[in-house]
Amino acid sequence: MSTETTVTEVKKPAEALLSKRRKKLISDPLIDSNPVTIQVLGICSALAVTTQMQPTLIMAISVIFVVVMSNFVISLMRNTIPSRVRIIVQLAVVATLVTLVSELLRAFAYDMYKELSVFVGLIITNCIVMGRLEAFALGNKPYDSVLDGFGSALGYSWIILAVAFFRELLGSGNVFGVPVYDSIAGLIGNDFSLARNGLMVTPVGAFIILGLIIWVQRTKTGYVEH
Amino acid sequence: MELFSLGIRSIFIDNMIFAYFLGMCSFLAVSKKVSTAIGLGAAVVFVLAVTTPANWLLNEYVLKEGALSWAGDTFLTIDLSFLRFIMFIAIIAAIVQLVEMIVEKFAPALYGALGIFLPLIAVNCAILGGSLFMAQRDYTLAEATVYGFSSGIGFMLAIVALAAIREKLKYSNVPNGLKGLGITMLLTGLMGIAFMSFMGIDL
Repeated sequence: MSTETTVTEVKKPAEALLSKRRKKLISDPLIDSNPVTIQVLGICSALAVTTQMQPTLIMAISVIFVVVMSNFVISLMRNTIPSRVRIIVQLAVVATLVTLVSELLRAFAYDMYKELSVFVGLIITNCIVMGRLEAFALGNKPYDSVLDGFGSALGYSWIILAVAFFRELLGSGNVFGVPVYDSIAGLIGNDFSLARNGLMVTPVGAFIILGLIIWVQRTKTGYVEH
Repeated sequence: MELFSLGIRSIFIDNMIFAYFLGMCSFLAVSKKVSTAIGLGAAVVFVLAVTTPANWLLNEYVLKEGALSWAGDTFLTIDLSFLRFIMFIAIIAAIVQLVEMIVEKFAPALYGALGIFLPLIAVNCAILGGSLFMAQRDYTLAEATVYGFSSGIGFMLAIVALAAIREKLKYSNVPNGLKGLGITMLLTGLMGIAFMSFMGIDL
């Protein structure tokens, strides 16, 4: 038992830093209880920024930061927040973190800031953030909450990156701005070219791609909604 | 006339759901029955129509660069726009709380039907998104009010239409993995194609 154990933890030996239970906190939201495809959270921003990979990656990193930090802060305060005003407290914490992200983007990545426009601000209302705070951080210790937030945000990130991959590839023939379609066409010959599907760049493409990803993912996990 | 065309544009062309994906969470969760969808839609219309002008006032007289000039010359250069997120969400949360109390008092049936979704309107992206777009596009007060109201109508239109389709969908044989969310996303995509036909309209 380490010397730093607190009063409440004295009864049982300290848990390993990455015990089986804690690993589950991270790995569960990746596939089995994915926040986007299974729990239906955070769809709003999942679709809006996914026309290209690069802004999507920035968005994913921002969401990971906000979810982990807000889970940590709220978990630290969980015993002092009266339950009647908890929503307001949570919103204040989340909005502060999002303001921080937005100002950082404006300072160091102004192009991305312009491109993401209001959707950075909309991380505040991303259901994953509030959902994790309500369901986990309010009743668990800070370290566990950080892991839980990290897992959920990762589950969200890989889904939006997958959506963005297909939308950018099929819609504009690029991946991360690299012209994949053009290089393939260049390899084969002068008269060869691959058609870009303009529908993928529009919102409609996002809905359909995400619908198909959900289909594949749920078929694999065997999850059926009634 | 300008206002009228802005209204039509926000309902059909710049639809909250089909063009900007705002409010998708409640759009998917509360669209199983037409009656609840109408209730939530009405609540969103009301909250958007109230919060957008309220946030316009806040933005115009407190947050914008130089907005505090009414308080004296020393405040002329102050730019508080970085506080936008936190102030907007505070106003929205307060107004939603108010609406919740009014609905609970005067329409208990509606309150029961909406369940946990009324408090969650505070964290509905459509509401905050409406205010942020309003600030970004420099609307006037009249424009902000029309924009808020008609965006709400656009959301309501989308959610009621989807709920109507999903009610019928109960009787069809959907593959297991596609049940629920999957088929709803595809449906929304198809509805989005229908809404794209409004795009060419120049008002």
